[in-house]
Amino acid sequence: MPLNIKIALAGEGGQGVQSVAEILTEAAYRAGHQALYIPNFGVEQRGGVSVAFVQVSEQPVSAPKFTTGDIVVALSYRAVERVKQYTGAATTLVYDASLEEEVREVYGDQPRKLAVPALEIAQKEMHPRVFNVIILGVLVGLTGFLKQQEVKEALERQFGHKFARDPSLRDLNYRALERGYQLGSRRGAK
Amino acid sequence: MAAKPIEGEQRAFMTGNEVVAWAALAAGADIMYGYPITPQNEIMHYWTRMAPRYDRGFLQTEDEISAGFTTVGGVLAGKRAFTATAGPGNVLMQEAMSMAEMMRLPTVVVVTQRGGPSTATVIYSQQELNLTCFGGNGEGLRIVYSTSSHQDLFNYTIKAFNTAWKYRFPTFVLGDGYQSKMREPVTIYDPATRGIVMEECRPMVGLPGIAGIDREPAHLRNTYNLEDELYDRLTASIKDYQAMIPEVVEWEACAVDDDEILVIAHGVVSRAARAAVDSLREAGIKAGYFRPITLRPFPEEALQPLAARAQRILVVESAHGQLERQVRASLYGLETPVSGYLRPGMGITPEEIIGAVQQTLRS
Amino acid sequence: MALAAQPQMPRVWRAETKPHKFCPGCGHGIILKALGEAIDALGIQERTIFGCDIGCSLLSWDFFNLDTIQTHHGRTTPVLVGIKRVRPELVVVSYMGDGGAYAIGAQHLVSSAVRNDLVTIIVVNNTQYGMTGGQMAPTTLPGQKTETTPYGRDVKLTGRPILGPELVAAVAPPGAYVARGSIANVVQLKNFIQKGLLNQIEGRGIAFIEALSACPTNWRTNAAETWRFIEKEMAAYFPTGELRTPGEAKNGQAGEGTPGAPEH
Ligand SMILES: Cc1ncc(C[n+]2csc(CCOP(=O)(O)OP(=O)(O)O)c2C)c(N)n1
Ligand code: SF4
Ligand SMILES: [Mg+2]
Repeated sequence: MPLNIKIALAGEGGQGVQSVAEILTEAAYRAGHQALYIPNFGVEQRGGVSVAFVQVSEQPVSAPKFTTGDIVVALSYRAVERVKQYTGAATTLVYDASLEEEVREVYGDQPRKLAVPALEIAQKEMHPRVFNVIILGVLVGLTGFLKQQEVKEALERQFGHKFARDPSLRDLNYRALERGYQLGSRRGAK
Repeated sequence: MAAKPIEGEQRAFMTGNEVVAWAALAAGADIMYGYPITPQNEIMHYWTRMAPRYDRGFLQTEDEISAGFTTVGGVLAGKRAFTATAGPGNVLMQEAMSMAEMMRLPTVVVVTQRGGPSTATVIYSQQELNLTCFGGNGEGLRIVYSTSSHQDLFNYTIKAFNTAWKYRFPTFVLGDGYQSKMREPVTIYDPATRGIVMEECRPMVGLPGIAGIDREPAHLRNTYNLEDELYDRLTASIKDYQAMIPEVVEWEACAVDDDEILVIAHGVVSRAARAAVDSLREAGIKAGYFRPITLRPFPEEALQPLAARAQRILVVESAHGQLERQVRASLYGLETPVSGYLRPGMGITPEEIIGAVQQTLRS
Repeated sequence: MALAAQPQMPRVWRAETKPHKFCPGCGHGIILKALGEAIDALGIQERTIFGCDIGCSLLSWDFFNLDTIQTHHGRTTPVLVGIKRVRPELVVVSYMGDGGAYAIGAQHLVSSAVRNDLVTIIVVNNTQYGMTGGQMAPTTLPGQKTETTPYGRDVKLTGRPILGPELVAAVAPPGAYVARGSIANVVQLKNFIQKGLLNQIEGRGIAFIEALSACPTNWRTNAAETWRFIEKEMAAYFPTGELRTPGEAKNGQAGEGTPGAPEH
């Protein structure tokens, strides 16, 4: 089937949802795909759940937003509820493992689910800051339309100035990406 | 002189607001006057960052009334001046634009539609069609380009300056909050590399020589004493406008040779309409697609034969019938039934349009 | 020939459009004469742009041998600021009524003052809306009868008359020139306008001149009553003189250009 994938990501402001969407679509665009990303933005932007709509395909993308995502990512308690409207029977719901209870409550026995312990990994093994890079890795693994190298280049474009100041950050981000990738691709292969 | 903002062609992945700022730079815009309003803000943000590098000006005014009138001043002085606004700001902008309409001033305004009426949402709609086409106390002697993509935003922002300065009617680029905020691929270019020659900007005041001695003074007014004076002035403008229509009007159509149902949409919604028509064709349903690119002047002549051939017409828009009204007016006397899929302030997906088409065909 | 008939006409006046269109006894013609003489004295005809508002000022749209733009009610200053920003070599004059300046266009006036825009603004204070037939303006005196205050302006309901130059003087940065003149002292008024033009030419800042004017038509006054109203009633409320000159530093509200200190 030709590539045509819709992803909705949601989390709290500061969790880095929008930069995941930006890096993913920019990398997809550079890899020769059609890509479109639009953030939600309202007057309540600051206090509300931050949502990003991502579409990658071979054909030019039509509408900027969509009703049902192929992948829907919920990264916070409030986001679990918020993204329900974008989930259908065929949607894969990706969420942080810490939200297991909330997800069960809102989604019952939704068949396609992937819990990733990104928060825990980030906090215990890496750094809270790379939480969203782990998620990015999960999405790259799950969807399979990008090579890891392409994502690394996208990270470089986004954070290059920070890496230049502190080269250890580059290694940290690459490791986070790799960990996420493992979590995602294991599931993607199934 | 400062270097060209864009050398040759460049592929980029950016937001629509950034595209507009680049397009205005590439078009040689001399100055932007503006007042903050979402979702237009980043046009100013990018402009104020880039403009000084290329000797271009910016003035943040006290409101959109002033943004409109300073833009009027800029073009009177013979400069490519522009502004950008949305929603309630577009309402205030109309006062200056009606003066531009009367005095034939080549102002350029980029409108990034947000929800209405009132403050509504800062997000998106197609509800500023009426206002942008017919705002002000006049006859709608304006040119309105409705864009659907970043490529359109770039192309038509450049084109807007040329159309404005060539025909001397206020010209609008009608985008929306989705286009402003989304990122998608675009090719930005130096207009010269595409053979686009920017129209010369001639000042209307501050002309060389001493007025009354070397030449006649420029006495420009928008107030007339008598009905007949106004009538003559307007008749001349309307004649110019009508003569211009064939040169300026633009539209896009596909799958219209044998269509049973013609789907009409403009702006960003036309992308979904196009995708829906493609899918419907694959499923064996004879759907056609029509998109007015200029909403003023409206492509009536192009639409009429297509509408006559179709059995049904479905107008799809993120407003409650603003486009539909234009379509109906253009097709007055034609018997093809017209219905609307109208979602004021809401985005519209191809799936929704497919559903609406199927329902229309069933009814 | 019109020129011969009016020997003292400023050179920048356009003879073909004289006699002008204002009512007999109107102050507009006197103020425009002071402006014309100031332009002549500075020799800036070639680079001066004249903008007039909606109000009786619009009758001056073909008054001068100057490139002229007649704009909308209250919007003259923004149009001229728009021009000045891209053509700084030009000298721009914004000419309007008290309604245009202090009511519908007040935000533009305040903002231009705060930005110290290089524009010379002349406001004709005739204590009411002339062109629309004599309604209350922000400058209408307490107790003054107008079409919309037929029993006299009640300050409890409608506030007190605005002091335009005082307002501009309070918000404009150093470099501003602010004065109030009157058609009762044309020499002084011309002097103020000339200084105001010079302030713009020398790039120091905004220039704002209010001119106390006459509207015998709407006041329904004869010549003697007209002059009495200007010289007694208006002058008592609206003191003439310079409020800000660019040489002086602005220290708080007090100190410079004491309002009300007459210049003679
Ligand atoms: C937006 C708008 N509102 C109202 C008017 C009507 N109008 C024309 S002139 C005028 C008042 C003019 O008074 P002022 O500015 O004091 O000038 P004067 O005629 O007294 O010199 C008004 C309200 C208008 N032209 N435009
Ligand atoms: S109405 Fe008053 S202000 Fe207007 S022209 Fe007549 S006298 Fe002058
Ligand atoms: Mg007045």
